[in-house]
Amino acid sequence: MVENRPFLDFMTHLVLITGVIVVAFPVYVAFIASTHEPDAFVRGVMPLLPGDNLIESYSTMLKSGLDIGGTPPVWLMLGNSLVMALIVAFGKIFISILSAFAIVYFRFPFRILAFWIIFITLMLPVEVRIIPTYEVVANLGMLNSYAGLTLPLIASATATFLFRQFFMTVPDELMEASRMDGAGPMKFFRDILIPVSVTNISALFVIMFIYGWVQYLWPLLVTTEEGFYTIVMGIKRLMATADREPAWNLIMATVTLAMLPPVLVVLFMQRLFVKGLTETEK
Amino acid sequence: MASITLEGLKKTYSGDVHAVQGIDLTIQDGELVVLVGPSGCGKSTLLRMVAGLETITQGTLKIGHQVVNTLEPAERDIAMVFQNYALYPHMTVYNNLAYGLKNRGFKKEEIKKRVHNAAKILEIDDFLERKPRRLSGGQRQRVAMGRALVRDPKVFLFDEPLSNLDAKLRVQMRVEIKKLQRRLKTTSLYVTHDQLEAMTLGDRLVVLNAGKIEQVGTPMEIYSRPATMFVAGFIGSPAMNMVPLKYIQDIDNKNLSLNLPAPTDTLGIRPDAICLSPPESPHLTIEATLELFEAAGSESHLYIRLANSEQPAVIRTNGQPPQHEGEMLRVYVAHEALHPFDSRTGKRTD
Repeated sequence: MVENRPFLDFMTHLVLITGVIVVAFPVYVAFIASTHEPDAFVRGVMPLLPGDNLIESYSTMLKSGLDIGGTPPVWLMLGNSLVMALIVAFGKIFISILSAFAIVYFRFPFRILAFWIIFITLMLPVEVRIIPTYEVVANLGMLNSYAGLTLPLIASATATFLFRQFFMTVPDELMEASRMDGAGPMKFFRDILIPVSVTNISALFVIMFIYGWVQYLWPLLVTTEEGFYTIVMGIKRLMATADREPAWNLIMATVTLAMLPPVLVVLFMQRLFVKGLTETEK
Repeated sequence: MASITLEGLKKTYSGDVHAVQGIDLTIQDGELVVLVGPSGCGKSTLLRMVAGLETITQGTLKIGHQVVNTLEPAERDIAMVFQNYALYPHMTVYNNLAYGLKNRGFKKEEIKKRVHNAAKILEIDDFLERKPRRLSGGQRQRVAMGRALVRDPKVFLFDEPLSNLDAKLRVQMRVEIKKLQRRLKTTSLYVTHDQLEAMTLGDRLVVLNAGKIEQVGTPMEIYSRPATMFVAGFIGSPAMNMVPLKYIQDIDNKNLSLNLPAPTDTLGIRPDAICLSPPESPHLTIEATLELFEAAGSESHLYIRLANSEQPAVIRTNGQPPQHEGEMLRVYVAHEALHPFDSRTGKRTD
């Protein structure tokens, strides 16, 4: 829409700027708090300019963690979160692209039923089935392991549905041409379908990586050993101090560190991400 | 090189849709046969059955002497050019051409030789490293042809390959396809809904309607002696005039029907068979009103209504009539230019 109406321009900018402030200000406050003394944040007047405690806060958290909170060093939790988010993202993409491929390109009995069953699981996220899922994971002896952290999260109706919708827009002739060229189903999948889906795969990767990164409740349940703590649940534990003020500067330093990887992923994959959500190039 | 034999080929979709209803046809070795018909007549389905992309409900399909009913498309030694080209978007032109050869386990050297050879024939050797999206419509069309060409298959199948091109390019590619086919002498089956494309390209035409063959013959046979009213109306532009016999009143000869075979009740007259001046041979003389005059450069169209009956008809001529729109005129049709039909069966009667 190209319009020359100054008032409209002003209003759109106002809305956008307000939105940016609402989102960005708390992040800014968190960062500022992490650079001050421990008690600066609770003194009543929130500082809005950086203090001089930045290096100390971050190095404390990265190297040793906070004993009273019972958390390991932040780098370990960051590592755990990274492993978890990567396994979840790749696992989801792998499983869902295969199931979408089966549903769209093969005619097997109960194909539509299979699709709807997958689709219905949208209504059953981990939070809803958390007790039976915990039971299963515990019985399989997967508590305190990366498998236990990730496997229950990997099945994804959303991703399957997105890939299905995308595959249905891929012209049938592409599949027919590759059949003529002597490619079997899996060869077609590998040589044609996956390269054509690259932008969609990367868009989903960003979404699923962040989904895996921000998991809180599930890691809280299945991990009891410090070695498997993830960063998001770790932040909560930092605040659980019984008899004194939480060390807000350290907590906020952890929060800032926890935000970095998803931001980096989005920045790095932004171009592909936007392309994958908006463009259909065939 | 091989012939293609279709024996009683049928295709029935679930829900009792009879897309193809018993086709018998033999395509000779090296021949270019065009399947032509309106949309929904089953021509594409038939082609896809030959390709192996649709299963055959009933009947036998032979390529050469081998029955190929249940063979995979890749095992039939055929190549197909698709309407939307179906180029692999992420591969360069070179890889698009080479993909089929790679899958068949050709040696690298041999692939290179064949791809460059095909690219040279189609004049796409400058674009081999480009992706399809950076090519124009005509170039994509050539790449699609190239992909068929490199394989050196027994049979070429074309599924409306020119319908995504603009008018000028279509004529140019049509000529090139014909030249190429003449040169390679590969048996070809070509599907189109464009009767002009069909007439100019085909060694023989197969006119299809509602899943059945209406007529098979050379383009001139079909044009000069259409077997059914459907063929008569479909081939030729503007379409043949179909005039009920009772509306034709010959001013000179009242007993016209005596000269025609028995069940005739409709006469087909090509627009260019209606003359504005009387021919030498025996002819009809008909009175009509000039309704509209349309000049199209090299030819012009006259829309007339026959006197007394208001039956419309089109005349193609290259002159301008002396009359003005709304005035009466006399038109002449030579007896030998009449196509007698029986409208109840739709068949030709002589």
